Amino acid sequence: MERRDCVITENRELADGVFSVSFEAGEAALSARPGMFVHIKCGDSRILRRPISIADARGGEMTVVFEVKGDGTRWLSRRARGGSLDVLGPLGNGFGRMGGRVLAVGGGMGAPPLLFAARTADARVTAVLGFRDGGRIILEDEFRACCDEVYVTTDDGSAGERGTVEAPLGALLARGGYDLIISCGPRPMLTAVARLAASFRVPCRVSLEERMGCGVGACLVCACETARGGAQQMSRVCRDGPVFDAGEVAW
Amino acid sequence: MTADMSVTFAGVRFRNPIVAASGTFGFGREYGELYDISALGGVCVKGLTARARLGNPTPRIAETPMGMLNSVGLQNPGVDAFIANELPDLRRLGVVVIANISGNTASEYGEMAEKLSVARVDMVEVNVSCPNVKRGGMMFGTSPDGVAEVTREVKRRSGVPVMVKLSPNVTDIAEIARAAEDAGADALSLINTIVGMRIDVNTRRPVLRMNTGGLSGPAILPVAVRMVWQVARAVQTPVMGMGGVSRWEDAAEMMLAGASLVGVGTANFSDPHAMTEIIAGLEKYANERGVGRVGELTGGVMEY
Ligand SMILES: Cc1cc2nc3c(=O)[nH]c(=O)nc-3n(C[C@H](O)[C@H](O)[C@H](O)COP(=O)(O)OP(=O)(O)OC[C@H]3O[C@@H](n4cnc5c(N)ncnc54)[C@H](O)[C@@H]3O)c2cc1C
Ligand SMILES: Cc1cc2nc3c(=O)[nH]c(=O)nc-3n(C[C@H](O)[C@H](O)[C@H](O)COP(=O)(O)O)c2cc1C
Ligand code: FES
Repeated sequence: MERRDCVITENRELADGVFSVSFEAGEAALSARPGMFVHIKCGDSRILRRPISIADARGGEMTVVFEVKGDGTRWLSRRARGGSLDVLGPLGNGFGRMGGRVLAVGGGMGAPPLLFAARTADARVTAVLGFRDGGRIILEDEFRACCDEVYVTTDDGSAGERGTVEAPLGALLARGGYDLIISCGPRPMLTAVARLAASFRVPCRVSLEERMGCGVGACLVCACETARGGAQQMSRVCRDGPVFDAGEVAW
Repeated sequence: MTADMSVTFAGVRFRNPIVAASGTFGFGREYGELYDISALGGVCVKGLTARARLGNPTPRIAETPMGMLNSVGLQNPGVDAFIANELPDLRRLGVVVIANISGNTASEYGEMAEKLSVARVDMVEVNVSCPNVKRGGMMFGTSPDGVAEVTREVKRRSGVPVMVKLSPNVTDIAEIARAAEDAGADALSLINTIVGMRIDVNTRRPVLRMNTGGLSGPAILPVAVRMVWQVARAVQTPVMGMGGVSRWEDAAEMMLAGASLVGVGTANFSDPHAMTEIIAGLEKYANERGVGRVGELTGGVMEY
């Protein structure tokens, strides 16, 4: 973990309002692991940094993929190549060791960190990706390039299979043979994934989101209720997570 | 000329006047991975309570123009776990350790102060100003009698200097400051956060799960400077000023208003190296202005 001013090497719009920004990150890129995130300063007038998952790290560069939601991400989407970005990271724990056959389940902006995992894991990966509609699909080709199989769903059926990730996920789990599920996306999707994983007895790690202050574990604003060994406790999404064993999370 | 940056405050020697504000710096471990925190004047640790607390439901944070609201609600492992698991490592770093405490009753405050003195923290900071808990906290801090009662009890049982942390959510902060001083406080710190609220216009829901929270960050700097100035004129007790300090100029301003030490909180979130930069800037300012001891700045404002 370190804070550094990074030179932006690329800013590309992947879909309407979704951007991929890459920057030089030196040593920080070397210590980045899938599931970790960076805390980015989005202009002098915004007191809080914005947490964004690392979508890729290689050759001393890092990439983040994000959707414009409010002022901070809008500011970030307007940064030009050659400009400077104040980045704190890499932060958090990451997905950890992955081996054998892994199911990566992503919803919307949950897909980018899974791509980093799929690309670098020493495992055979099946990806199940859900989006709102065809226009929101991102990174599909990149997933196809590094995964055994890729299933895409959209809520409105405008591309891929109609519905949520639950149907293909249930079918794949019923087919069997998976050693691990990793997942990132909206909370209702994660709840469903955790439930399916439990019923098929497949270990499952989920990446959670919570509003953050410091991003390093010092302020306790990013709390999430977990239970370890039966005892209820408050974990810090920024430091103890963002990736948690699905069985530990108080859904 | 090289200025002497050290400050002796309520009998405790600080390497320099810049201190991490309670609740923004954990127990020093995390920022300790980013830089050597023994370079700081001191660290006020996260607010402790007699027993472990899980804190409030999330969201606990909301951004505001040049500031933020928080409603953490004193999540902490409890005073005993702090003494057993956190204090030894913090001690080893060689930084002044100030234990921030909150109780439900005056005797709970006293009990914690006694335990922490025995465990040899350098000071206790009595938080009678937390806006995010139902009982204790601000309930004591908003009346002169409440502040006096808690201060007396802590003074009676503490073996180390006692600093009382004042709430800005009062009509006359000088009156509260005098009550703390009369009850024996060795020092005062101010300000804690200002109660605020934000509403999401799309959902019509408050952004914070607790509806309201405490405002901190640059937005509150002028309020904090004003209150430090009022309090410093009203009492003899030394003051640690905080609220919105994010640059060395703000720290100098706080000292000129009457602060002997300066707390830095929210600025750490924007820039994790904020405090070391403030120390360097303040030292340069002192050197350039021919200030022999940084403490000469305290109360140096030339009012109209
Ligand atoms: C660990 C982690 C990883 C993330 N990874 C990605 C990613 O890869 N791609 C992506 O598009 N988004 C990601 N997010 C969500 C992203 O942080 C928010 O969309 C972003 O902070 C919104 O900022 P804003 O200024 O545009 O929106 P505003 O709504 O104006 O932000 C106001 C405040 O709320 C916070 N906030 C708002 N929404 C969220 C949210 N969902 N999670 C956390 N804080 C929020 C902001 O950080 C800011 O402090 C991630 C969040 C976390 C916690
Ligand atoms: C996230 C957060 C948690 C805090 N927790 C405490 C606490 O436990 N005890 C306390 O006395 N003050 C607490 N405070 C108040 C700060 O110590 C400080 O008084 C206030 O934030 C103003 O300073 P700042 O603007 O530099 O942050 C907290 C502030 C923040 C932002
Ligand atoms: S954001 Fe500060 S502890 Fe997680």
